[in-house]
Amino acid sequence: MIERVGLLVAAFLGWIGEVSVFGGRALREAWRRPLELDEVARQVFEIGWRSIPLIVASGFAIGVVLSLHTRASLERFGAEAMIPAGLAIALVRETGPLTAGLLLSGRVGAGIGAELGAMKVTEQIDALEATAVDSFKFLAVTRILACMIALPLLTTVMDFSGIVGGYVAETAVTGISFWLYFDRAFSHLQFSDFIPATLKTVVFGFIIGTVASYLGFTTERGTEGVGRASTRSVVLASILIIAINVVLVKLIFFFYPD
Amino acid sequence: MPAEDCAVRFEKVTKRFGSQTVLDGVSFEVRQGSAFCLLGRSGTGKSVTLKHIIGLMKPDSGRVRVEGQDVSALSRRDLSRLRTRMGFLFQNAALFDSISVGDNVAFPIRRHAKLAVSDVRDRVRQKLEEVGLEREAGKMPSELSGGMRKRVGLARAMALDPSILLVDEPSAGLDPITAGEIDSLLSQLKSNRGTTLIIVTHNIPSARRLGDELAVLHGGHLIARGPAQELETSDHEVVRGFMRSEGGG
Repeated sequence: MIERVGLLVAAFLGWIGEVSVFGGRALREAWRRPLELDEVARQVFEIGWRSIPLIVASGFAIGVVLSLHTRASLERFGAEAMIPAGLAIALVRETGPLTAGLLLSGRVGAGIGAELGAMKVTEQIDALEATAVDSFKFLAVTRILACMIALPLLTTVMDFSGIVGGYVAETAVTGISFWLYFDRAFSHLQFSDFIPATLKTVVFGFIIGTVASYLGFTTERGTEGVGRASTRSVVLASILIIAINVVLVKLIFFFYPD
Repeated sequence: MPAEDCAVRFEKVTKRFGSQTVLDGVSFEVRQGSAFCLLGRSGTGKSVTLKHIIGLMKPDSGRVRVEGQDVSALSRRDLSRLRTRMGFLFQNAALFDSISVGDNVAFPIRRHAKLAVSDVRDRVRQKLEEVGLEREAGKMPSELSGGMRKRVGLARAMALDPSILLVDEPSAGLDPITAGEIDSLLSQLKSNRGTTLIIVTHNIPSARRLGDELAVLHGGHLIARGPAQELETSDHEVVRGFMRSEGGG
């Protein structure tokens, strides 16, 4: 039993090593010409713009729920006026970035894993190489960069949608005005709350892009393999995001103790 | 054969997948401007041979030289340059399924030929005309039949007017008329442009028509090589069996 667990852990660490080498290569290749900026822009549109409905709807719903829970807690202490600020800080510092990362590991990670997996099993990646195009650069590097660019932008959208959701829930209960709510929400929010928490999603984007591209590039066994690449992209990227988030939060507290 | 006349040369190439040896010390050369047809049963390493020529696979031992250059020893940049002088029609066409037929053919042109937008459009139209699909430029690959996909794949492979064209089973799954059309297109490429053709096929009549030289892969070895008439009188039973068959793709 212990031996089997040991083998599983060793296999997982080996896999992490391979993905890290893949991601490191992508970061190195990103600076090598051709930069493939058109393809990066196209992927930012595919990954970013097309995820906006999901992000806005989720952010809004989370804002409403957070507002309801915060009201229930703060009412006991007569601190209802702190609801907008509390909600904004919770959203911007943790809930928004982590939820955006997990949602996009589902939508984008599955998409990249399936797309590249299908290209692999139908020899489209070989066809790219045969037309003298560096498939790793054109397919993997561009998607990883696009995820790293899109994640912070989408996180900002999610934060804002959440605050709007919180406003809608609050105004339904108390009739608070739009300007007063936003004044209270942003009065306690500082750049040190927003910048590090949002920038950590660049790392989430790197994880999503790298894991999904790696699994897509290493797909085998036809359509079954494509399905597996897609599912594993979501599961493994989500686990890694949750694990890395712990480290990043600790680092943020270290550099921004307030 | 003098090195300058040689488009492709295999020197004792061995390739293994796990415990299976697919190519076992295979050597041959293909003269520039000629048509070389590679025959053999399924799974004997014919497609693997083509993938070695374009550098998609590396030999475990031995050397593959294309236009005098050792493919496995080339830098990424030099390999890319060499690949722009080669075209590859994949067995299942391998069209990029997220872009249109026209964009598939335009893809290598946009990447490697510094042409104005209108010139790219003209070149795409010309290539699609050559395969009889000029009206399908706006369609997606999923809207095409197998034969049409193959012809688009051929148009894409010819897009940069390569000096060497690698063709993996051009007539597999096609009706005899379409297969004949593809054969005559390949024949024209060789006679009009001097393109070197390396064709993997199961279609013996087609190989007879097109090939200046035929070769048979069996058990990891090249067991026969020469003009069709020579192979028909071969001592090797497998070779004679192949040449007697009328396999049509």
